[in-house]
Amino acid sequence: MQEQQQTYRKKAKYTDEVVIDIRDLYIAFGSNKVLNGFTLQLRRDECKVVLGRSGSGKSVLIKCIIGLLKPKSGSITVCSQDILAMNHDELDKMRIQIGFLFQSNALYDSMTVRENLEFPMRRHGLELDEKDAEGRVLEALANVGLEHTVDMMPAELSGGMKKRVALARTLILKPDIILYDEPTTGLDPVTSREISDLMNELHEKYKTSSIVISHDMNCVRTVADRIAVLHEGKCFAEGSYEELQQRTEKEIKQFFV
Amino acid sequence: MELPRSLKMFLLEAGDLSAFTGRFFREAFRPRYEWAEFIRQCFRIGYKSLPLIGITGFIMGLVLTMQLRPSLVDYGVEAQLPAMVSLAIIREVGPVITALIFAGKIGSSIGAELGSMKVTEQIDAMEVSGTNPYKYLVVTRVAATTLMLPILVLLSDAISIYGAYLGVNIKANTSWSLFVRQVFEILDFSDVLPAVIKTFFFGFAVGMIGCYKGYNSKKGTEGVGHSANTAVVLSSLMIFILDLIAVQVTDILGLN
Repeated sequence: MQEQQQTYRKKAKYTDEVVIDIRDLYIAFGSNKVLNGFTLQLRRDECKVVLGRSGSGKSVLIKCIIGLLKPKSGSITVCSQDILAMNHDELDKMRIQIGFLFQSNALYDSMTVRENLEFPMRRHGLELDEKDAEGRVLEALANVGLEHTVDMMPAELSGGMKKRVALARTLILKPDIILYDEPTTGLDPVTSREISDLMNELHEKYKTSSIVISHDMNCVRTVADRIAVLHEGKCFAEGSYEELQQRTEKEIKQFFV
Repeated sequence: MELPRSLKMFLLEAGDLSAFTGRFFREAFRPRYEWAEFIRQCFRIGYKSLPLIGITGFIMGLVLTMQLRPSLVDYGVEAQLPAMVSLAIIREVGPVITALIFAGKIGSSIGAELGSMKVTEQIDAMEVSGTNPYKYLVVTRVAATTLMLPILVLLSDAISIYGAYLGVNIKANTSWSLFVRQVFEILDFSDVLPAVIKTFFFGFAVGMIGCYKGYNSKKGTEGVGHSANTAVVLSSLMIFILDLIAVQVTDILGLN
């Protein structure tokens, strides 16, 4: 058991440079205060997991970071730039640096895997000739071990393959930061472990900083450098997996049973 | 005084739909223009609807002629059959029936497609991929339905008139040239133009309502089904309302 835990544990190698700085974030839907003064920092090369119960506002948090939702108050700076003060064009430019892996994969049903991967490149106006674009698509698919699916439709792929293709699409723009929204939800334990390992591999290869939203503790243990516990709209506690495992508060303990 | 809940919901939805429609006019005339997607949608919405529109148009013309004949025979005006049928088809039956079939096929498909894109976060994925999803998904589809329906109605009218020609010849013997001459003798520019103009509005309504319902779909597969269903119901109702308005306008303008 001790040996198994050793293989899971990652050595934190992140720097002190803050790439995402979230302060006093407040967002409510009607009378439901989802985030109520949430504060979090992500450092370069760090993988931070935000842990919380379903409906606690984890997905809302990363949708605020990418600019899909606008908080009522608070600040979000990404690489020292204020996301909330950006206009649409500035936000689009910033999004080249931030990859987003959706919980439901969000692969476009009407497009092939190739077209799905080319879509962000074309839309962000990356001036690549056909050969370079093809090279990038194949490189991204090779990273996730799915080169053979390039001309397949998303409907022909299994759940795990869809997740890998979605991950390849997230990586196609070579972002500095990746936001993962429940990357292992709905997958069987073996595939979940494969995805978690793949996240680690890609983190090592591309030196990305990431925020992972999850309540799958195997995935959390595998990928997290540090963990923030989201409770009642606030960052209730933060620490490494081992540190939080020792804590006795009910709000933390419930995840480590 | 508190408004009943259903009335409040109706007014809220009407307000939302108006705002959604207003956004179309703000976004449609501002770059970037999504030409490739617009052409793809024209092909999908227009070209791929041709067989259905053609078959229903043909049957419509044939059946209308066969139903009208006995009454006209009773009054001894059987010779007026081509003129009456073509007038009915061009002015009213063709545009409305074709628009209703179009709403059933295209309105539901747009509602379901956008609804499933919404619940599987594909619309959000587009936004983070540097794309304005409203422009890419809504503007292109609404522009395509607005442009394609009048073309489909004209084709359906032509096929219906051919169906009527065959209908006339079931119990009579009329040459194609005589039939066509009778049709064009009765038809006036003021019959065709208002009928074509109103189909642009029908097409716009079908596209806009389908997109609105899909784009605002609630979570889950049930929400997608509901979006597709209400898109058809609401756009069919809107076709009749617009038709009612169109007949009043043409009456005021003295085109009836």
